[in-house]
Amino acid sequence: MTAAPVSPSAETPRIAPLAPTVQLDRLSVAPAAFTRAAALHELSLRINPGEQVAVIGASGAGKTTLLLALACALQPLAGEMQLLGHSPWRLSSRERQHLRGRLFLAPQVPPLPPRQRVVTAVLAGRLPSMGLWASLRMLWHPQNAGVAHEALAALDLADKLWDRVDRLSGGERQRVGLARALVSQAELWLIDEPLSALDPARAQQVIAALQDYARRDGRTLVCSLHQVAVARERFARIVALREGRCVYDGPAAELDDAALQALYAGDTEAAPARTTPLPPSDLAPQVICR
Amino acid sequence: MSSLPLATPTLHDPAWLRRWALLLAVAVLLWPLLVWTEFNPATLADARSLAATWRFVRDFAPPRHDAEFLTLLAHETWRTVAIATAGLALAWVMAVPMALLSTARLSVSALASRMGLVPAVLRQGVRAVLIVLRSIPELVWALLFVRVVGLGPTAGVLAIGIAYGGMLGKVYAEILESSDPAPTQALLRSGAGRLQALFFGALPQCGPELVSYTVYRWECAIRSSVVLGFVGAGGLGQQLDNATKMFAGAEVGAILLVFIALVALSDRVSALLRKVMA
Repeated sequence: MTAAPVSPSAETPRIAPLAPTVQLDRLSVAPAAFTRAAALHELSLRINPGEQVAVIGASGAGKTTLLLALACALQPLAGEMQLLGHSPWRLSSRERQHLRGRLFLAPQVPPLPPRQRVVTAVLAGRLPSMGLWASLRMLWHPQNAGVAHEALAALDLADKLWDRVDRLSGGERQRVGLARALVSQAELWLIDEPLSALDPARAQQVIAALQDYARRDGRTLVCSLHQVAVARERFARIVALREGRCVYDGPAAELDDAALQALYAGDTEAAPARTTPLPPSDLAPQVICR
Repeated sequence: MSSLPLATPTLHDPAWLRRWALLLAVAVLLWPLLVWTEFNPATLADARSLAATWRFVRDFAPPRHDAEFLTLLAHETWRTVAIATAGLALAWVMAVPMALLSTARLSVSALASRMGLVPAVLRQGVRAVLIVLRSIPELVWALLFVRVVGLGPTAGVLAIGIAYGGMLGKVYAEILESSDPAPTQALLRSGAGRLQALFFGALPQCGPELVSYTVYRWECAIRSSVVLGFVGAGGLGQQLDNATKMFAGAEVGAILLVFIALVALSDRVSALLRKVMA
């Protein structure tokens, strides 16, 4: 059985005048290096600067693979990818590493080493924009503790600034990982399952903080979520994946309960399909989901 | 949704046969080695062996403790500690860059695909250098350097520095590689440099292990400096050599007590540092 794809309609909104932050054209990606079996199949997607997009789908649908590919952590098997105006896999290793400094990937499990202080873990989000000596000085005495404090305060964790990360609870560690995103000066934030260790009330607060910071600083936010209700409530645009294919790309408001039920039940015939045009906006996504 | 028939999982551990096979293979390989080396623990309890051991050891007590000898012992102990510490410092300076070059944990080119050819060749080259450095015993290095710089502590420092540089470099690289890759990869993937990833991702995890191994190597360098004393590098080793040649058991006993004290000191320092870094 095949997924019900959405074809670009004649009423597709105009292409935004800004160069896209992300432009994928029939991209296929394996879930790990040296693997040939694709977890993402011929995905086409365009995300404009400043957009906030939620990626939803059942476990194994390809959400994390998509974020890893967008973070230049997985080399595509086929297709074209443009990030911030560059084709990363045509750049030299040095240029690609420079491009990575303009992206920030927050994994689902926060990659925080034990024994590190929260302030250091958070400010590590700024390493790409710092020289080696400045970063070593930060280990000795963090000059930008105020920046870390502000980010932690937005996530209700300001009192943990000088604590060690291995003495925090799972939810607190996850918020420290997200605070690192908030201080990062990357242009594209890729946040993988930010709410997996958080209770519903905290989840709302964290998503709000991420969105507010991204909006304030003009970042583009792509966030994978299992909490469909949160995605529909907080994000204007939703990309739905199933079995590595994009089955919906459009406004959250048009994704009804029946379509969602079909998406998560694995009923490929009843897959959600976006057919109505998006409202015209400079930041409106171009629906090219195939 | 259609319901699929569920397979009943077996309650037998599927790995048990492999475990027993591995244990059997180790026993089969080990037994001929024990036979070939004529290893027989019963020899240790033999009356003749015990009498010979006693004759050798009884002269050690009481250890010599007159002021003249203790002054000489303190001077040579200081010289031994200096040789071991300077040798280990030289080893550390050599080992750190080679460990960073030979570990794949800090590779940027291997982040998303196969490691680049140039970094892979460089990595293998550095590993080959580490193999050469540590496969030649420090005694041979000392004999070589005695011919270059003459008798004295410098030959000992150079011998320990080079041989231990190879050992530290290999083990540092392996400690880094056995750490959780996620913190380091996350930093590299967000554009951080290799040294930034080392300081902010790997060292918070590996710091205590690296310090503990370095202190243990200092302890080994103290023991090595004894062997090097036999070839004229000076220190306690030279005194031990003289004392054994002159059958001065009381002096040997005193020197061995100093070694026990130095090893105990290194043990306490290691425990203290690990406690501070825990």
